[in-house]
Amino acid sequence: MLKNYFKIAIAVLKRRKFFTFISLFGISLTLTILIVLTAFLDVLTSPAYPDVNRSKELFINKIVLKSNKENYTSKSPASFYFVNNFVSKMKTPEKIAIHTGRSTTNAYQNNKKMEVELMYTNVPFWEVYQFEFVEGKPFNGHDLENAAQVAVISEDTRIKYFGEEALALGKDVEANNVKYRVIGVVKNVPATMMYAYSDIYLPYTLAKSGLKGTSLLGEYMVTLLAKSTADLPLIKEEYSQLLKKVPHPEKNQEILLSYPDSYLESFTREVFGNEERAGKDRFFLMIGIFVFLFMLLPTINLVNINVSRIMERSSEIGVRKAFGASSRALVGQFIVENMILTVLGGILGVLLSLLIISVLNSSNLITHMNLTINLTVLGYSLLACLIFGLMSGVYPAWRMSKLNVVTALKANN
Amino acid sequence: MIQLKNIEKVYRTDTVETQALHNISLQVEKGEFLSIMGPSGCGKSTLLNLMGLLDAPSKGDVVIDSQQTLQLNDRKLAHFRNSKIGFIFQSYHLINDLQVLDNVELPLLYRNSSAKERRMLALEALEKVGLSNRVKHFPTQLSGGQKQRVAIARAIVGKPEIILADEPTGNLDSAMGNEIMNILLELNRVDGTTIVMVTHDPNMAQRTHRLLRLFDGSQVQ
Repeated sequence: MLKNYFKIAIAVLKRRKFFTFISLFGISLTLTILIVLTAFLDVLTSPAYPDVNRSKELFINKIVLKSNKENYTSKSPASFYFVNNFVSKMKTPEKIAIHTGRSTTNAYQNNKKMEVELMYTNVPFWEVYQFEFVEGKPFNGHDLENAAQVAVISEDTRIKYFGEEALALGKDVEANNVKYRVIGVVKNVPATMMYAYSDIYLPYTLAKSGLKGTSLLGEYMVTLLAKSTADLPLIKEEYSQLLKKVPHPEKNQEILLSYPDSYLESFTREVFGNEERAGKDRFFLMIGIFVFLFMLLPTINLVNINVSRIMERSSEIGVRKAFGASSRALVGQFIVENMILTVLGGILGVLLSLLIISVLNSSNLITHMNLTINLTVLGYSLLACLIFGLMSGVYPAWRMSKLNVVTALKANN
Repeated sequence: MIQLKNIEKVYRTDTVETQALHNISLQVEKGEFLSIMGPSGCGKSTLLNLMGLLDAPSKGDVVIDSQQTLQLNDRKLAHFRNSKIGFIFQSYHLINDLQVLDNVELPLLYRNSSAKERRMLALEALEKVGLSNRVKHFPTQLSGGQKQRVAIARAIVGKPEIILADEPTGNLDSAMGNEIMNILLELNRVDGTTIVMVTHDPNMAQRTHRLLRLFDGSQVQ
């Protein structure tokens, strides 16, 4: 049966080459864009170097202070005071990484001006994030306590300062008019690793500001590493209890809100959520609506092409019905035929995506981003293909099955 | 084998009502070869479509092999047609995208038969109509007579008890027409297949057991 459907599907595709081209073009282009977007989302959200523990991590990147009377809200990353006096005292997490956001600064090397990004971190940062050291090692507790003028730099930064082949260990890099001795060089981190990417990493004790005072708002972010995923709710609970003990006596700042979020939630809360909701559901809903609308146009196009193709085949439909095909069997046949078309379009789409992804990767559009078509991406593409095939096949198939046999047989006479 | 009782068939549009068949009662016995004649538009094909369960009457009963057919749903009707009836059309209605063998196998696709069994039965049917050397051809590579023989092979492949032929020789010259008629007569004589044939050709009609004449949708005695 399937072989017969396959034969007829291929014959129909060959019969009207232009229509076939338009259909395949529409399907493959739509799928290509979806595959590339999925690959982007995958690279943004999946654990990868150096953030390999992501499933066991929670991220605190924001503190919100609100007034309970007036419409006043203040939000920013946490202060050093908050993370050092409260968060770092938490018991449930296995490790607590503290780091600032990246700040861009100018650096001069051989009278050449360049921009580099700095990040201040604590020692557990190097344990939570699994950096690969191509030279040296990270700074330790001793370096941190003594505010040693040491730095860990990325491979790219090493090339910027010292050239292609040179080693950097023990040499000085200058940034913000301060010299730091390089004690480690790490393999480049993709810019998509929002909390771990930087050019230069320094002990937080070298920060010129933000270490004093009792304000809760500052520039520090926290990554909490749990012993296992089962501990994640416990960490959230401990954090929520901890917040109750944090003094915030200032006027207009009566309400203190902050959440340890999963990696994705730490972004979706910002765009799609609010202080109470992580916004992940809304994010997926938006993606769903976007994908649906994006696929709707080519689907309608394919439905139209399919309907006109069906009308060309009314004689065949009449004959099949006369010789015992039920409406259900005909719907099945047409959906299978349409699936064959969409799978062909899907294969073309995957090939096209591979090409585009390799161009995007080599163009270095986003620093060190490495888009791939892995099993997740392929799985979602296959699902999109299946939905596409069903969406564009069901209505024409239903119309076909409802054709009156006598009318169908007369149509092509 | 086929029993039509007080059949009326009316085609209605918003403005026009056309009486295609009027009070037709008819019995076709098992193993009979009946021909239907009449001028164009008199309702011959409509009557054949009703016998083949391709269309439903506006009034009356269609009983085939003691089975009331009007109550059957789409799936049961499809199954009934598949097992009991084979069709031959004036313009062949072969699927041009499929090879001769695949065309002949078509009715068997809707049964629980294996690919091997389908192939064997299709080859057997093609052998019967003398086309076993054309199995890999496409319909467009065949003459009119050959196409009609493929259509006959398709009609008989499922070994139906009834064959309904709507002007099977209408598009063929007299030699080819005779050849097709001989095959139908042979099927009726050797296999005992009940055949109802619509024709314009009195010579063909003469060779069948019985002739039914229609005029303006009514039976003419």
